[in-house]
Amino acid sequence: MGECPICAARVDVAGDAIAGELLVCADCGAELELIATAPVELAEAPTAEEDWGQ
Amino acid sequence: MRIGLLHSLIRKEEKLLIEAFRHAGVEPVMIDDRGLIMDFHTAPDIDILVERSINHSRALHALRLFESAGVCCVNSHRVAQTCGDKLLTTAALRDHGVAQPECRVAFTETSALAAIEELGYPVVLKPAVGSWGRLLSKINDRDAAETVLEHKTVLGSYHHSIFYIQQYVEKHGRDIRSFVVGDDCIAAIYRSSDHWITNTARGAQASRCEVTPELAEVSLAAAHAVGGGIVAVDLFESEAGLLVNEVNYTMEFRNSIDTTGVNIPQLVADYVIGLVKQ
Repeated sequence: MGECPICAARVDVAGDAIAGELLVCADCGAELELIATAPVELAEAPTAEEDWGQ
Repeated sequence: MRIGLLHSLIRKEEKLLIEAFRHAGVEPVMIDDRGLIMDFHTAPDIDILVERSINHSRALHALRLFESAGVCCVNSHRVAQTCGDKLLTTAALRDHGVAQPECRVAFTETSALAAIEELGYPVVLKPAVGSWGRLLSKINDRDAAETVLEHKTVLGSYHHSIFYIQQYVEKHGRDIRSFVVGDDCIAAIYRSSDHWITNTARGAQASRCEVTPELAEVSLAAAHAVGGGIVAVDLFESEAGLLVNEVNYTMEFRNSIDTTGVNIPQLVADYVIGLVKQ
């Protein structure tokens, strides 16, 4: 369990989650990046850049 | 066996690949490109690198440096370079006789306008480097052409002044994305949308597409043209047959596993492990 850095809601983090994984806050819909798992640390995910994706 | 997985953000695809490698008994070595420092001759201790960066520019340069350090990369720097630039993709497909829509490249507003009128309306103007359907312009007439070209010239960065112009192919609401792993075309989907842009990142719906002999042949030819490996090929169905639109080197497949019934990440993982064992 972590805290959304945008709206401070509690965010469920699965037991098998890994650092770098993207999560979505169920309360505010913000896209979050799991920075660390122990302890859980969440940050707002970086916004898409021009050279992202395929 | 040490398989490196180059990543930035961990998307659904990377999680599925990690699970697939673990299922095959291999714990991948995670390499976050955001913390990577390279010196042109050494690299982390791995047998092979699987490139899964979300940024094309990071992937392209990291692959070159890993290869300089003697690490085999999937996909290779050559594949990333060719697929990451539509101009280079078109040239490679042309060199290998792979059918594709008519294209022109021009470097100024004036010559781009002449190229558009030579191809005939409508055309699609694309950034040479770009993805997820961003900054594509379907140009239906001269007024739109003049407007878009002026905007790109004045407002765009320098690489938007390389005008990549593609003949518009009427695709009747869908195109095909096929998945190639090594010498096999393992699966394909239709991408359907009411919009002329049919990227699933833009809301197109995926449905199963049978891998016909023609689709397999064209997909493998396209993959071979860009250097092979693990790629996703975008194709148009035209009256002249299948035309290759683009080839993607860090393929996204989250919407295609249940749709096709093919365990794409496991086939990718098995292919990579096979390369190490060779």
